[in-house]
Amino acid sequence: MVSTMTLSEENAPTRLPFAFFIALASALAFTIGFALQVPTVASGEPSTLLLPWAPSLGVDLAFRLDGLGLLFALLISFIGVLVILYAAAYLRRHRDLGRLQLLLLAFMLSMLGLVTADNVILLFVFWELTTVTSFLLVGFDHEKPEARRSALQALLITGAGGLALLVGLVLLAETAGSYLLSEILTKGTAITADPLYLPILGLVLIGAFTKSAQFPFHFWLPNAMAAPTPVSAYLHSATMVKAGIYLMARLQPSLGGTDVWFYTLTIAGAVTALWSSMMALRQSDLKLMLAWTTVMALGTLTMFLGSDMRIAVLAAMTFLIVHAFYKCALFLVIGNVDHGTGTRDIDRLGGLAAAMPMTAIIAVLAALSMAGFPPFLGFIGKELKYEGALAIAEEPYLIAAAAVAANAMMVAVAMAIVIRVFLKRRPSETQTLPRSPHEASAMMWIGPLLLAAGGLATGLSPQLISKALIEPAITGVLLEETTVKLSLWHGLNLPLLLSVVTVTIGAFLFWQAERVRTGLDALVAVLPTTGDRSFDAIMETVQRVSTFVTNRLQTGALGHYLTVIFIVIVVGGNLSLYASGLSIDLDQVTPAPFIAWIVTGIMILATGVIVVSTSRLLAICALGLVGIGVALIFLMFGAIDVAITQLMVETLFVVLIAIVLLRLPGFAGNAHPGRLGAVRDAVIAIGAGLVVALITIGVALTPIDLEITRFFEQASYPEAYGRNIVNVILVDFRALDTLGEVAVVATAALAVIALLKVRPPSRSVGGSR
Amino acid sequence: MNSLILRTISRFLVGLMLLFSIFLLLRGHNEPGGGFIGGLVAAAGIIVYGIADGPAAVRSILRVDPRAIAMVGLLAAIVAGLIAALAGAPFLTGLWTFIGATPGDKGLAIGTPLLFDIGVYLVVVGGVLGMVVALEEEV
Repeated sequence: MVSTMTLSEENAPTRLPFAFFIALASALAFTIGFALQVPTVASGEPSTLLLPWAPSLGVDLAFRLDGLGLLFALLISFIGVLVILYAAAYLRRHRDLGRLQLLLLAFMLSMLGLVTADNVILLFVFWELTTVTSFLLVGFDHEKPEARRSALQALLITGAGGLALLVGLVLLAETAGSYLLSEILTKGTAITADPLYLPILGLVLIGAFTKSAQFPFHFWLPNAMAAPTPVSAYLHSATMVKAGIYLMARLQPSLGGTDVWFYTLTIAGAVTALWSSMMALRQSDLKLMLAWTTVMALGTLTMFLGSDMRIAVLAAMTFLIVHAFYKCALFLVIGNVDHGTGTRDIDRLGGLAAAMPMTAIIAVLAALSMAGFPPFLGFIGKELKYEGALAIAEEPYLIAAAAVAANAMMVAVAMAIVIRVFLKRRPSETQTLPRSPHEASAMMWIGPLLLAAGGLATGLSPQLISKALIEPAITGVLLEETTVKLSLWHGLNLPLLLSVVTVTIGAFLFWQAERVRTGLDALVAVLPTTGDRSFDAIMETVQRVSTFVTNRLQTGALGHYLTVIFIVIVVGGNLSLYASGLSIDLDQVTPAPFIAWIVTGIMILATGVIVVSTSRLLAICALGLVGIGVALIFLMFGAIDVAITQLMVETLFVVLIAIVLLRLPGFAGNAHPGRLGAVRDAVIAIGAGLVVALITIGVALTPIDLEITRFFEQASYPEAYGRNIVNVILVDFRALDTLGEVAVVATAALAVIALLKVRPPSRSVGGSR
Repeated sequence: MNSLILRTISRFLVGLMLLFSIFLLLRGHNEPGGGFIGGLVAAAGIIVYGIADGPAAVRSILRVDPRAIAMVGLLAAIVAGLIAALAGAPFLTGLWTFIGATPGDKGLAIGTPLLFDIGVYLVVVGGVLGMVVALEEEV
């Protein structure tokens, strides 16, 4: 796959956008700030911050920084600094670099809020903010259809998971009796014994699994590789996808410790890890390869969080750090390769070590940690995984086998990246690369070098992180004090033997890479469906159903709309008459004066004219006559203001409608409903008229409480200095209502004018999905 | 519509109806009338002129965009409310002053409800004319 991304040129004289400095300064400040918190938190004293937001709803800006949150916060802000630096060089000449930097910053802030929130609603708000910012980041190259599709897919899947999570969190908080996470976590046994436990668990896990790309929601993550490489490195390896992991680790004390929890997480995690490491082996795009190994890492983390044993949690927390270091470094290495050669296709690359020495060194360091060779932190992580897997009481061999298989495939991937891309000669020297390979600028290798070297330094002296970061993190998960001793040499034991087995299988898989790939391709081809294809099928169905429903409801024919409206009036009016139990006694109706009969007669005649007329002008005039008749009746009964208003509105209505209708062709031959349709329309019209007449008579017969009227009559002059009650009500007693109404009049007028003035676009806006 | 009679009559009608609309607006507090009715009468008068002479003529005698008239009206109504709020009373409370008041007679009462009603008048005039003129221009 040839990268089509707009890549920057070296030494471009363009100035860095201002946003870059804001983002970098903020990320640095957060890194230093969180680093300063390490001693406090390590001593077992979480930092808290409480700002009231909506206390009546139990929602406050409550933040709490404990060991688990601090580990995540440090990873997020530190890697944030490196990625922001890297992106500035990688997309140096991209016109939207400033937007990218601000989005990265916004995303970082959302993530930091997520891992420090102590209120479940606040946590959800930040959760959704990461979804929204990641949507914008994945769709950064929004002119490309596949970027838009991937962004939408990520948004829909994680957004749907977010909704489930919201319900789950609210149920959880209601069950626990508190919206504060720190309080919820102390009520573990009460929650797992509650009948709502299973729904809560299911909903929360849907949220976590969608976010952290667990089977069967795993497919959006590889697709999200449409994002620029720095974004992938940040969101899809180090941070966002870990949000689900964070949630599961965080809620372990209140939701974990049950069989359902254990088997759901272990099986989903194991399936995800195995499937995705197989998928990683069959990719030829380096970035996709890494994306699938990320899914594998998330599966492994989920698998270990299923158990509440100390050693399993220790394995998960250590691997979290290991993975963040080597995966982010490797993503950035791939970015450098893409940048320096113009392609990320492993089949076209080779022998880059000579042209890109720094990048090659970083790749070797990171890949060794990924493959789990001593003396890297990855080795310690892998040993801990095996030790943890074997210690889990329920299914030790299944988990250990899954871990060995997945790790062996990681070894194969690591070997492929180092040997095929950097050491072995190019497969065909005749075929030229899109660019002649060249080393990336310092700004693009400092970040990954720091990360890769970090994997080596922490491997050589693991006490750097064990006391300060890992111990408090485990305390944060399990809510109990622990001491951790990490070391490279554990003695000759079963985990070490498994490590040897892992490397052997990995090397074999790498040696037989072609056959493995062919075999996996055949496997995928016989699968009835994949997550991606199912997603497309669901989306198509949704669109088809909504198109069907919309076409039925929005026919575009005014006649249909009116028919529906009047049928609703007939049915609804009858129902409400029936429900109100209004009895209409026609004997009580006061006979109308003679003149009212004359006016009504004229109105009925005019209505008849409207129905039978074939001339628009005649129909409009007759309609105006009906309106004027209504105004006369108002006048007869003393409602002068209403009568004048009615008269004026009627006049304007005739003018407006005449302007439009007189320019249309005549009624004749213009979609006449036919004899049957005419009968149907007549029935609906007469029904609507009868219902409205009955309601009017019923209302007129109901005795009215005149208290309000009396108040206005008495208060109008002494308090508001006006004798016209109607006007005094409008401009004084109920002036706020009038203000709202004139605002509506003004807005409606603006909308009508805008609709009338809009021109059909000269070119159609294409590419909508 | 090209009618000499209508064109000639409309010149007189528009003046009379505008005068009448202001009369309705001002007397509205005590007699039938008010900003809404006054605004409708004024709009109807100008529309008669528009039917005779066309939308361009309406725009030229208005001098400003009808939308601006509506927005000024809305602003006047809000200001009428804010005056009370600034004076420490609840938003939209009617505040009055009496010109030429003698013991036993309140004289001429002028208050924020009048400004409010003028706002209503202008919103109605601007809104209705804006829609009708736009419709006449587009159809």
